Formats: sequence, structure tokens, C-alpha cells
Amino acid sequence: MEAILKAALPGIILIVEALVLLVVALLHVAYTTYAERKVIGHMQQRLGPNRVGPRGLLQPIADVVKLLAKEDIVPLGADKGLFYLAPFISLVAGATSLAVIPIWNRFVLADVNVGLLVILALSSLSSYGVILAGWSSNSRYAFLGGLRASAQVVSYEVAMALSLVGVMLMAGSMNLSEIVKAQISSPFKIYALPQIIGFFVFMVSAIAETNRVPFDLPEAETELVAGYFVEYSAIRFALFYLAEYFGMVVMSAVAVTCFLGGWAGPFEVPGLPFFWFLIKLYALLFFYIWVRATLPRYRYDQLMGLGWKVLIPLALLNIVITGGLKLWW
Amino acid sequence: MEKLVFGYLALAILVSALLVVFSRNAVKAVLWSLVLFLHQAVLFLTLQAEFLAAIQIIVYAGAVLVLFLFVVYLINLREEITWPRFLSAYPLAFLAILFLLALSGAALSGFRPAPPKGILTAGALLAQGHTRILGEHLFREYVLAFEAAGVLLLVAVLGAVVLVRRIREEGR
Repeated sequence: MEAILKAALPGIILIVEALVLLVVALLHVAYTTYAERKVIGHMQQRLGPNRVGPRGLLQPIADVVKLLAKEDIVPLGADKGLFYLAPFISLVAGATSLAVIPIWNRFVLADVNVGLLVILALSSLSSYGVILAGWSSNSRYAFLGGLRASAQVVSYEVAMALSLVGVMLMAGSMNLSEIVKAQISSPFKIYALPQIIGFFVFMVSAIAETNRVPFDLPEAETELVAGYFVEYSAIRFALFYLAEYFGMVVMSAVAVTCFLGGWAGPFEVPGLPFFWFLIKLYALLFFYIWVRATLPRYRYDQLMGLGWKVLIPLALLNIVITGGLKLWW
Repeated sequence: MEKLVFGYLALAILVSALLVVFSRNAVKAVLWSLVLFLHQAVLFLTLQAEFLAAIQIIVYAGAVLVLFLFVVYLINLREEITWPRFLSAYPLAFLAILFLLALSGAALSGFRPAPPKGILTAGALLAQGHTRILGEHLFREYVLAFEAAGVLLLVAVLGAVVLVRRIREEGR
């Protein structure tokens, strides 16, 4: 019995760690929605949610309870299996990326050698949720949203992957912990300075990849009602909502690890090894919200033009410059 | 355990490949090939080829299949068009498959994995990582072949663009 326990212990620890990470991430996601409403409210001279609990702090919990209690409607003529499956694909592909991100020096669930590629692979899979939701709903609006999403995600994925190549070149590794360590030992401490073009391309394409304003054409409510999830209700709608914010958190976390030096900071905070990681993460999440409050939506051809004619050439230029500097310096 | 995993993967790959062919619905067929590619990636993982597994998902599942879905959407086939059989001799196909199975069976029974040649032993691969070794060989020894393949693909892309443009201009 003891032998079995001993053999199973690493697995049990891993499962417990994964659960803790998931719960913490879910809380972050829930309160990102609260922060978004509050911040945008103040930016637009409003108060934002302030009824449920002190300063409206219990609003996300009330929202979850409300969404759970609503009726789950499947439209007539929808492809039932895919309709049920689509939100889960979105959510799982978004959440799984958290496993390879090092929160601090000794905490990373899966320390894989090709961590960066795993993140790219999972973000490319998450587009299936959107595309399938659009198709299986049997609705014109949803279908158009799905079509737009597939074109947008495919084009911006290229720019995103290319913007990360500079980081790979500088760090000489695709393991995310190694990338953070390489940044700490580099003269700049963070790659956002020498990789400023890469950082810019990554941030822009990350916004497009998560379908956020100003690139939220797949769900543009003034044109497509709500795009791919127009037919979804109750808990399945909540899953899509969660997936969008999970995507935001994951993309910000990737930017923190690849460009902003991960867990490292100007001084160490005793007892809180994740302090600087979270500070940087919150700063980037605030940036996402700020962008949403500031910029109007792009037109579809402008979006495609920006992706293919500006971001991809910029990312390629960045690779050439980084490679050249690495070779001759 | 390893054999069990391999058995499951092999079975899943075969079944999903058959489902790709037999699906009446084009979207479903594309999705079954997604399942197929995911299992293939896991198969690469069990062979310690992480890089190949990740590339398999990024390129095939993430890009190629999404484009397939896009095309299927654009022609908007909800159900397959049914057509009367246009070949009367189709039972002969089963005979051909039988011969093919016998041939591949004979080939596989005599299969021996080749011993590693040169410096690329399994140990060296694990110590250095696939990505590094693949990159070094691709961009040093085989850089000419790599560039030639790149130019060929570029020519194909340009050709497709030119063809589409010509059709559009004639339509005008």
C-alpha cells in the first residue's frame, strides 16, 4: 500500500498543483471581467457595477449564478454534438496553455522543451471553438462570425509566431523557464527593449488572436448581433465568455514571460515569489482594457491589411535584424 | 503501458481515418481528420519527438485544416451530394485492396529497424534536443535543398495568384 502511495505521489502533487492553478486562474478571469467593467466605467465617467457587495465586488459571482440558472437553448436545425462541444474546445485550448508558463522560478506545471510551440499550437486550436460554434448554430450571423474568425485567427497567428522567433533567437531556447533565465542574465534584463518590434507585433496580434476590441470583428455587435455565439445561452455562453478572458490572461502571461522578464523584478519580495509576475500581468490586462475603451473597431479589409501588409513584414524584419546582430555581435 | 498507449493510438488513427473517408458531411470529415492529426501528434510525443508533435499541430491542425474548413464553408455543403454509382466494376477495388494488404503484410513481416548511423544516435538526440539538431542540419548541410523547396513553393503560390487574377479579369 505504501509503495503504491509513493509511486502515485508525484502524480497526486501534480494534480493538486494543476487544480490550484486552475482555481486561481478562474478567479483572475472572473475579476478581470469586474475590473474591465469598473475601469471602462471610470474612463467613460460612470461608476461601473456598484450594487452587489461592497463596491460591487461580488458582481462576477452574481453573474455566474445568473448564467447558471438560465435556460440552455439549442436552436432548431443546429448540429447538436458540435454545438455542445464548441465552447469546451475554446475554453480547454485557452486554459491548457497555463501549464507551460513559469509563474516563478520553481513553479511550472509542465517544464517542456518546446513550451513556446505548445502555446502557439494551443492558440491555433482554440480557433476551432469559434469556427465550429459559428457553423453548428445554423444561423447566418453566427456563420459570418465564424468565417471572419477563421480568417482573422489564421492570419494573425502567423504574425504572432514570427514575433516570437526573435525571442527564441535571443534566448537560444524554446523552454519558457530558460527564456526567463536568459532575460535575467542579459544586459537589458527584459527582452521588451531589444525586441521592441517583436513586442509590438506580439501585443497587437495577441489582441487580434483573442478577438478583442479593436479587432473584435467576429463578434461585432453592430453588424453581426454577437457573431459566433449569438445562438448560445446560459452556461454555454458563459463558457465562451470565460474562454475570451482566459485567452486575455494567457496571452498577457506569455508576453510577461517572453518580453517582460517573467518572475524577475528590481528587488525580491520575501514570501511572494510570484509578486512581480502578477504585477506585470495586471499591467498588461489593464492595457487590454484601456485599448478597448480607447480605440474604435477596424473595418474588415483594414484588419486583413494590417495583419498581412504591416505586422508580418515587421516581424520578418525583426527576425532578420535579430539574427544579424546575433551573428556579428 | 507503452504498448497499450501505442495500441490505442494506432486504433484511434485507423478508425478516425476511416471516418474521414466515410463521413457524409464534409465538415465532419474535416473534424475527424483533426482527431486523426491530434493522435498522430501524441504518437510523435511517445517517440520523444516533441518538436515534430508541436509542428504537426501548428501546421496541420492549426493552419491546413482551418483552411479546409474555410473552403468547405464557402461552398456550403451541409450534406454530401448523392450521385448514382458511375463505376460498375467497383467490386474489383476490394480485390486490389486485398492484394495491397497482402503486400504490405509481407513487407512489414520482414521489417527490421536500421541501426543508427553516424553521430545521430538516440542518446545524442535526447541530449541536444530535436529542435537544435534539426535546425543545424537543415540550415547547414541541406540549406540548398531547403531553399530550393522554398522557391518551388513560392512559385506555386504565385502561380495560383496569377491564375485567379486572370479568371477575374476575364469575368469583368
